[in-house]
Amino acid sequence: MTNLLAISVHNLVKKFGSFTANDNLSFDVFEGEIFGFLGANGAGKTTVIRILSGLSEPTSGEVMVAGFNAGKHPEKIKRNIGYMCQKFSLYDDLTAKENIMLYGGIYGMSRSLIKERTHELLKKLRFEDYENRLISDLPLGLKQKLAFSVAILHEPKIVFLDEPTGGVDPITRRQFWEMIYEAASRGITVFVTTHYMDEAEYCDRISIMSEGKIVALDTPAELKKQYDAESVEEVFVKIARPNY
Amino acid sequence: MKRFLGFVKKEFLHIFRDFRTLIILFGIPTAQILIFGFVISTDLKDARIAFLDLSKDEITQKISDKICSSGFFIRIDNLQNYTDIDNILKKGTAKAVFVFGENFGRDLISEGKASMSIIADGSEPNTATLITNYATAIVTDFNRELAGIPGNLAMMVQPEVRMFYNPELKGHFMFVPGVITLILILICALMTSVTITREKEFGTMEVLLVSPLKPVQIILGKVMPYFLLSFINVILILLLSWFVFGLPVKGSLALLLAESMLYIFMSLSLGILISTVSSTMLQAIFISMIGMLLPTILLSGFIFPIENMPKVYDYVSSVLPPRYFIVIIKNIMIKGTGFMYVWKETLILVAFTVIFIGLSIRNFRIRLR
Repeated sequence: MTNLLAISVHNLVKKFGSFTANDNLSFDVFEGEIFGFLGANGAGKTTVIRILSGLSEPTSGEVMVAGFNAGKHPEKIKRNIGYMCQKFSLYDDLTAKENIMLYGGIYGMSRSLIKERTHELLKKLRFEDYENRLISDLPLGLKQKLAFSVAILHEPKIVFLDEPTGGVDPITRRQFWEMIYEAASRGITVFVTTHYMDEAEYCDRISIMSEGKIVALDTPAELKKQYDAESVEEVFVKIARPNY
Repeated sequence: MKRFLGFVKKEFLHIFRDFRTLIILFGIPTAQILIFGFVISTDLKDARIAFLDLSKDEITQKISDKICSSGFFIRIDNLQNYTDIDNILKKGTAKAVFVFGENFGRDLISEGKASMSIIADGSEPNTATLITNYATAIVTDFNRELAGIPGNLAMMVQPEVRMFYNPELKGHFMFVPGVITLILILICALMTSVTITREKEFGTMEVLLVSPLKPVQIILGKVMPYFLLSFINVILILLLSWFVFGLPVKGSLALLLAESMLYIFMSLSLGILISTVSSTMLQAIFISMIGMLLPTILLSGFIFPIENMPKVYDYVSSVLPPRYFIVIIKNIMIKGTGFMYVWKETLILVAFTVIFIGLSIRNFRIRLR
């Protein structure tokens, strides 16, 4: 983790008609940081991710991602980020290898580089036997790990993970987080949303959104101290549902 | 460009790995052509006919016996007057009526020739043609027999064919242009809308949009394989109808293929438009089937002639692109006319394409905003 900024958001506002999805957000994410992005359903998390990844334009405010302005140069941002969404993002009817080749090609990697990385990656995941198997034949945990590896195949500066571990067993989740740590140690910034509060504890810093605003942002330890809570889950309940 | 090609390759893999897609792409067109072709069979057996014999003499007796003993016809009734003809044809109990006028026998003897009428139910064009052809052949054969008898040299029976209800026999072999029109809109509109919404539904569309691929590249990449395969389909259908049914393309083949490409392009843009308004595959299938396929079958002039429709349906069908393509393809394939006769319809198809693409882009922008 360095002090350089991977993402910098100032006074971000996003409106859909009269509905304000993001109400004046400001936050920074450092390079190599694992940044947890929490919030109840409908709090505005997905809108933020869409803006940060260049899918959607902010109504106002300044958003810099990987050194580029999100409103003005979304194409440049796209080349420098990876993305894995909650819905499973590999093609079921292609083999593991074909999926890797496809995404490598889309990100403009050379054939030899894709081959080299594919080999490394499959070896690391102990995946060699599955190389030519269709994705639909693989267990969910393996698919998810492969999806993450594919999302960082082109060595992006930032990777966005939108609820990456939904529906996965605890052991696989653990292994998945080990992969996240490994990526972060190589300098890749990880921006992750999750519903699992225990996962939030693994993040360097977390922010909690509620009704379009960021209501808390700090390290898990600091937040627990501040809200006098045992766990991040308790913090979350106290913030997101004050009358609960 | 390399990114794009990799993406197109992936789309081909989707198609060739999915057995159902392959069946829709190639099985259905082949089956349709063969089924339509063989259901409109070229064999005549036991066709039910009636006689109206007002002459009642030896010759008419001989002719009708000859017709009935041929094995192709069954006499189901002997009518008494002309008004019965309409009744029995309308009821459908007889497919044709053979009429000998009051003066038949006298004319044949005094003038050496006489006319008999063959009145067929033209609402079934294929059967009607077969009946009249077979009957005419039998009568010709009878004439030859008459000529063989010495002293009867000058005698001649002239069959006169009349069609009731559908005098021009429209619909005969019309199924090939109709099937091409239907198949192309099915494959292009349905398959593209489904393949694009599939990406949306599975969440892979998000990943593609986040990637450096431009939206235009994504859409083109998804559509390109279907363009190629649809074009192959056109050629396949034309070959089938030529080799199996002997139906050639009378007009310019190049023009026909060019018009087909335009129609394919139009259908693809319609498929894209459908995909921008539907979020699930089911929705896309529903819109394509109910919104496109049924109207195409019922209202485009494929089966039911537009001229016979109530005005309201005529107006409804005028917003259906297939209606214009059927005119184009019938003109080129069957009548053998050139571009001069179809430029209006061609222009209308171009206009549809522009409108569909424009609306798709607008919808896409709104979704991204």
